[in-house]
Amino acid sequence: MKYVDEFRDPVLAQKLIAEIEQLTAQILKENKRFADRPIQLMEFCGGHTHTIFRYGIEQLLPKSIELIHGPGCPVCVLPMGRVDDCVSLAERPEVIFATFGDAMRVPGSKKSLLQAKADGADVRMVYSPLDALTLARKHPDREVIFFALGFETTMPSTALTVLEAEREGLDNFSLFCNHITTVPIIKAILDSPNMQLDGLLAPGHVSMVVGEAPFHFVADTYKKPIVITGFEPLDIVQSIWLLLRQLAQGQCLMENQYARIVTRDGNQPGLAAIARVYQLRDFFEWRGLGSIEDSGVRITDAYARFDAERKFPVPNVKIADPSSCQCGEVLKGEIKPWQCKVFGSQCTPETPMGALMVSSEGACAAYYNFGNLPELMALKEKAVVAK
Amino acid sequence: MTTPTPGLRKRSGKLKGDTINMSHGGGGKAMRDLIEDVFITAFDNAHLDLMEDQARIDLAVLTARGDRLALTTDSYVVDPIFFPGGDIGKLSVCGTVNDLAVSGAVPLYLTCGVIIEEGLSVADLRTIVKSMKEAADRAGVKIITGDTKVVDRGACDKIFINTAGVGVIQKNLHIDAGRARPGDLILINGYIGDHGAAILGARGDLSIENNILSDCAPLNGLISDLLAACPDVHCMRDATRGGIASVLNEIADSSNVCIKIKETAIPIRPDVRGMCEILGLDPLYLANEGKIIIVVPGAQADKALQALQKSSSQLGRESAVIGEVKDGHEGIVILQTAFGGERIVDMLVGDQLPRIC
Amino acid sequence: MCLGIPGQIVEIIDVTKNLATVDVSGVKRQVNIACIVDENHSVESCVGDWVLVHVGFAMSRINEEEAQKTLALLTELGEAQKEVEAILLARTEGAL
Repeated sequence: MKYVDEFRDPVLAQKLIAEIEQLTAQILKENKRFADRPIQLMEFCGGHTHTIFRYGIEQLLPKSIELIHGPGCPVCVLPMGRVDDCVSLAERPEVIFATFGDAMRVPGSKKSLLQAKADGADVRMVYSPLDALTLARKHPDREVIFFALGFETTMPSTALTVLEAEREGLDNFSLFCNHITTVPIIKAILDSPNMQLDGLLAPGHVSMVVGEAPFHFVADTYKKPIVITGFEPLDIVQSIWLLLRQLAQGQCLMENQYARIVTRDGNQPGLAAIARVYQLRDFFEWRGLGSIEDSGVRITDAYARFDAERKFPVPNVKIADPSSCQCGEVLKGEIKPWQCKVFGSQCTPETPMGALMVSSEGACAAYYNFGNLPELMALKEKAVVAK
Repeated sequence: MTTPTPGLRKRSGKLKGDTINMSHGGGGKAMRDLIEDVFITAFDNAHLDLMEDQARIDLAVLTARGDRLALTTDSYVVDPIFFPGGDIGKLSVCGTVNDLAVSGAVPLYLTCGVIIEEGLSVADLRTIVKSMKEAADRAGVKIITGDTKVVDRGACDKIFINTAGVGVIQKNLHIDAGRARPGDLILINGYIGDHGAAILGARGDLSIENNILSDCAPLNGLISDLLAACPDVHCMRDATRGGIASVLNEIADSSNVCIKIKETAIPIRPDVRGMCEILGLDPLYLANEGKIIIVVPGAQADKALQALQKSSSQLGRESAVIGEVKDGHEGIVILQTAFGGERIVDMLVGDQLPRIC
Repeated sequence: MCLGIPGQIVEIIDVTKNLATVDVSGVKRQVNIACIVDENHSVESCVGDWVLVHVGFAMSRINEEEAQKTLALLTELGEAQKEVEAILLARTEGAL
């Protein structure tokens, strides 16, 4: 497959790994601050987390590099209260609730969308917001609500879908908007006193939409190297190499490894659509991370008739996570999934307590399913022996 | 000798009307017409001609072929009922034949129980029954008894089929999920994921244009070619729902061994791969209906591979060695990825929801 | 929310609605190309373009030159490394 297989080439990977080993040795030798801790690099984006686990990248790297998995997974950071809102909308008899697959299993305080579907709610899994629009055209007597999830990557798609609905004069289509923004959450992580980061892999598809400029602040203000990264395994390994090269040379820049897709100014038609349909919310709640300023968007007044929150009543209740849940600490990279006290016992993909175990981009699900071979072997072997 | 004489009873029932209705399941004349005109005529064998409540099989015929009876049953509820490469009828025969054949049994007889939703078109039913007969002939099995029910609209989805099957296992064969040993090699008879991808592609809601066909096929001919060349097969499973990942985990678990497979060795069609990439699905978990995982002693692998590739059934042309059984890390399946790193292949949890994000 | 897959646009379905067919390794799907259409790129001119597809939208053209550059950097890496190793080896063997 073109533009895919070349970026999964194991021979090129081996070359890069050899370079990485050299650079790492050099950095450790010349930098006292790594005397008693590993080089800590964070991949912000859930898509990167997924690739890292799917291809076993972490084991290919020297032990003195630690990859910290960031909270850039829109499904993972959905607060339970918001899921309850979805369920409440879906249970309205006139509603067809359309959603991406991953969101269907996230537990609410009583049930997930999948359970609501089993109980009779009309919940449909779609691949694209345009499919939800098709449902609205096909069922003029029903109200179609699309669960609009995602960072800036997905905002153009949902915004353009609203604009198309406007063009066609549809009055039975709306979005339940849960789009979130990247920069405030990166700031929150960098501001966190518990976080020791030496470099960041920036979300390549967010940059595809917003361009390079929004990420300069990481290097300029926070003095951390940052590399805009693609999603194939070679992209990730190359970005790690670029970060290490910066560290070795004492540099602090924003680099674009994903130049085949990401341009300096981002996607203009996409940004224009976003500007018409969305505006920032003052605050937005993130599971495990609390309320963060300017981190969510809502639909503008001009498009209010496409806003499910204004069309329908939603409970809008803030639900606290279960007390045994440590989702927040995992999301912030403060602990690793297997360090959560319920990981693998009360919280498994079959009986998830939080969205991190449900989303294929969640660190917990990734660890559980793909394994970080050494740790997971130990866990599984304990289970095998216990049987 | 009690082989029933053919033509003992004249089949006179003629089904009236274009759609199935409740009277066709009522036990009366309409039902008799349905059974005779559609099922008995199509399946065409002396057992059915007797029109008894049960089929009678001479034990001596069975014991001459081996020392164990294999018995299996499966229900088929696939949606859509017609899909590229087959239909629910073909599936109901091949699936049960394969479940028998992977034990080393020679499949002999099938039952056919159908539950029909009122309103199903007779034309569709005849097509499905014809597919069943074609698949049965290809597999060399006879459908010798059955049952028909009709339920109200909405009480089932168009048609559900249950087939049970019997076969006989030869004395020298001991194929068993618990027999895998370190040093064994793991083979597959061709491309993975065709059936799962074909079904997904046939579902209009995902709107993906494709030419993928289900790999649905009876594998007993392929398996008998394999066993003739290599009787010491340790394990054999057909990789249906849950894909090869599930079967490999079952074997690793039953045999308490570690299985290591190589991503680059697993045959997959480019368009099945394309569909998986678009939807964010892992092909290791996609359903197959014509693929078996075979575990053989390392020294036998070449012979086994040759037998599969050369099988006159043509169902093993793309066979490949995809992995091996190893010491240590018992019960775990490890994938060496195309990129070089390794990861665990776990059992599937729930339904594989396409990764959209 | 990052799953994006490269594909090639093979035909235009509807100019006003910005709809096209994209081919990914032999399977095809309808995509909206509004994000890659502007005054320099008409809808019709998109046929043959390689794009990144995300939830039914073509989000960006794939820049072939940049892709080649990225891969070239990687290939060169190994080459440069080999040269350095060769020099070091020669030094230790007293050839230099």
